[in-house]
Amino acid sequence: MASKFINITLKIWRQKNNKAKGSLETYKLDNVSTDSSFLEMLDQLNEQLINEQNEPVSFDHDCREGICGMCSLYINGRAHGPDTGTTTCQLHMRMFNDGDTIYVEPWRSAAFPIVKDLVVDRSSFDRIQQAGGFVSVNTSGRTMDANAIPVPKANADKAFEAAACIGCGACVATCKNGSAMLFVGAKVSQYALLPQGKVEAKDRVLNMVRQMDEEGFGNCTNTGACEVECPKGISIENIARMNREFLKASLTSEK
Amino acid sequence: MSKINSRIPEGPIADKWTNHKNNMKLVAPNNRPKIDVIVVGTGLAGGAAAASLGEMGYNVKAFCFQDSPRRAHSIAAQGGINAAKNYQNDGDSVYRLFYDTIKGGDYRAREANVHRLAEVSGNIIDQCVAQGVPFAREYGGLLDNRSFGGTQVQRTFYAAGQTGQQLLLGAYSALSRQVGLGRVKMYHRHEMMDLVVVDSKARGIIARNLVTGEIERHSAHAVIIASGGYGNVYFLSTNAMGSNVSAAWKVHKRGALFANPCFVQIHPTCIPVHGTNQSKLTLMSESLRNSGRIWVPKKKEDAEAIRSGNLKPTQIPEEERDYFLERRYPAFGNLVPRDVASRAAKERCDAGFGIEANDTNEGVYLDFASEIKSKGRQAAFAKGEHSPSEERILELGKKWIEEKYGNLFQMYQKITDENPYETPMKIYPAVHYTMGGVWVDYNLQSTIEGCFVAGEANFSDHGANRLGASALMQGLADGYFVLPYTVSDYLANEIRTGKISTDSPEFDAAENDVKESINRFLNNKGTKSVDYFHKRLGLIMWNKVGMGRNEKGLNEAIEKIRSLKEEFYKDVFVPGSADELNPELEKALRVADFLELGQLMAVDALQRNESCGGHFREEYQDSEGETLRDDENFKYAAAWEYAGGEATEAKLHKEELKYEFIKIAARNYK
Repeated sequence: MASKFINITLKIWRQKNNKAKGSLETYKLDNVSTDSSFLEMLDQLNEQLINEQNEPVSFDHDCREGICGMCSLYINGRAHGPDTGTTTCQLHMRMFNDGDTIYVEPWRSAAFPIVKDLVVDRSSFDRIQQAGGFVSVNTSGRTMDANAIPVPKANADKAFEAAACIGCGACVATCKNGSAMLFVGAKVSQYALLPQGKVEAKDRVLNMVRQMDEEGFGNCTNTGACEVECPKGISIENIARMNREFLKASLTSEK
Repeated sequence: MSKINSRIPEGPIADKWTNHKNNMKLVAPNNRPKIDVIVVGTGLAGGAAAASLGEMGYNVKAFCFQDSPRRAHSIAAQGGINAAKNYQNDGDSVYRLFYDTIKGGDYRAREANVHRLAEVSGNIIDQCVAQGVPFAREYGGLLDNRSFGGTQVQRTFYAAGQTGQQLLLGAYSALSRQVGLGRVKMYHRHEMMDLVVVDSKARGIIARNLVTGEIERHSAHAVIIASGGYGNVYFLSTNAMGSNVSAAWKVHKRGALFANPCFVQIHPTCIPVHGTNQSKLTLMSESLRNSGRIWVPKKKEDAEAIRSGNLKPTQIPEEERDYFLERRYPAFGNLVPRDVASRAAKERCDAGFGIEANDTNEGVYLDFASEIKSKGRQAAFAKGEHSPSEERILELGKKWIEEKYGNLFQMYQKITDENPYETPMKIYPAVHYTMGGVWVDYNLQSTIEGCFVAGEANFSDHGANRLGASALMQGLADGYFVLPYTVSDYLANEIRTGKISTDSPEFDAAENDVKESINRFLNNKGTKSVDYFHKRLGLIMWNKVGMGRNEKGLNEAIEKIRSLKEEFYKDVFVPGSADELNPELEKALRVADFLELGQLMAVDALQRNESCGGHFREEYQDSEGETLRDDENFKYAAAWEYAGGEATEAKLHKEELKYEFIKIAARNYK
């Protein structure tokens, strides 16, 4: 792994706050190590801006190891940038070349309003979860022994794959309809596949879908872009499962 | 009254918690909605506590600085969670888990707390499964387990390399349910700025809305701090960028004692440092030591050839490799506790056998080749292939590895651009977890009445070294199963108090303090960024208060941090304003606290004239480089009382640790 240094030009979306008008600003940044992550490159830019007594670029990030789901960014027209199966924090500058111009924009979706610069508000995801993304069991620890109900390994594995969603919102940002169905489908699927989630399955899917619609997310037209850009490889099989669950619940719910 | 009263219940160790619960006061369901509780932090401890207290019917306000409670750094825990279920029938029990944890902590943890932790560990797994947490399972449909360091049983439950994520999302789902029901009010993108103490009781907090910059007052009858650990004092650590000590430190400044700050866990298996612009270090789960073997070349010239790129690790024959953990600790091998593994790696690198081509040559191999072969052969046999070819064995072995550790291998490849299925991983120790924290009694209450501290933010359960897969256990135990009882016991005396006004001189004063410190930074006419100072603090800490410490270095650290602190306040530049999203301001406020904490860590390490767990004083080691503990003089938790910004003035209180149920002995993994 030979590291080298590249010089790049950045076109970054700057927007003072939710009310202000934003625009793309141009910055030159030299001596970027190809071993740096994309966010370390932005740290370097911010250090440069601060040293010039200018205001640094705001962007969301936290764990920087691809699991918290806080980082976002539309990089050169792709959610989380040009690498696949990767969050922006795990995207490395070795994916870019000396002399490149890189466009950096926030997630753009009606349901994710911009807070500042590259930071957006994804609390709509939290509200969907609050509408039904849980099993209604109190935290007493007095349930039943964890091994009382065997779960077929294949179902447990599929539930886990769905549960691996990090809630970053790349699926919404990349979807031409701004649909959140991959996110919601993953949560619905995780519980639908496990015996513990079956009891409330009908209410769950109806409530989560209702909240999703209220938040202003669009509908799914099966382009599959979400699956391609999902950093955790969540399958659109989960959307199909949610649709089946939804149909079943709509036809048979007693409410 | 002494400031230290650990309030450990009387009676035999196995009955303490049960008896204590039976004797605690309760708050009747119709009184609970009259009582407000604040929870700061929404990781495993805070998220679980907020959900549980909300379910009980209290009015809960939960705060997190991230954009959603689901982002708390518990989410990054990889390997697993311990529980004394003995599903594998390999001799595990509550007592064994208790014993392993006390021994793993090098006899510097409180017996009663640790036993309680082991007692409730099984309930955690039951609870999580009921919540729909998708743990790994065997083909029969039952839960799978693996081993972790410092144990000889398989008691670790896991979900690939994403156990923390799945457990946190479980707690988040419970919390979300309460938010939806209106029993918990969630304040995301809010940071606690100070604790408000009225008549020596915790009565609320000052918080900053990070989006609007508004300074808010929130009152409550009890305040729970579950804000995580302070590893970011080293700048480079496996913590999230936002992880900070400020909530815990503010509580300390308001009178809570801070215990064992020098007990820091340096995790042996992290990806080595690549360059000066690096912002954080990435952990490779301890679970990998179930399958990986750690080695360096036996010959220095081989190590040099590797560093210069003239030799590949796969070209070094078996007999030329030094599997130094297996050599030094045959009984536990690659699964010795973290402190032991880290020191051994440092010893080899200091001796010139490091293999990483960076400034310090610090790196060792974690090699999966043997495991790929053996698991591949097993998998072939399980499929009825009794004479599989070498290729078939490798194919099946890699598939097995992918299923167990796929996300970790992918993460490694993304960061390093090397394929760990083909060549060994390069790893080196990095700051990971802090055992020290706010001093709490058996009820998890700090020395400020009504201020409880849970999870990594407290000091109570891991002594001088935490065993792998025990942090998740502690976080959920504190949040789900301890605080609901102990906080209720405290609140039973609050049912007549009524709503607490935020219109009081104490709230005024706390808010003014916060506004002053914000204005001080924004009006400072400095020239250097916050990170510039944070990185310098980190280097001082890593070099002098890191894996090896000595009297001279610690004294130097105290002096250097003193002058760095002065320079910071004189020359830091914080752009932007107070009434907007301003990440630089957030960082400046956090680094100010790290500077004070860092100095206290050095002071604490200096007074502890012994080596124990993660605290290795070079003066106190035996001829084989093992730690020399001094039970006669240092068998205590060091709890510090704040006395202004100078840590050298802090006052030491000692909690003598009593070992009544475990015979204290030298810690031996050989």
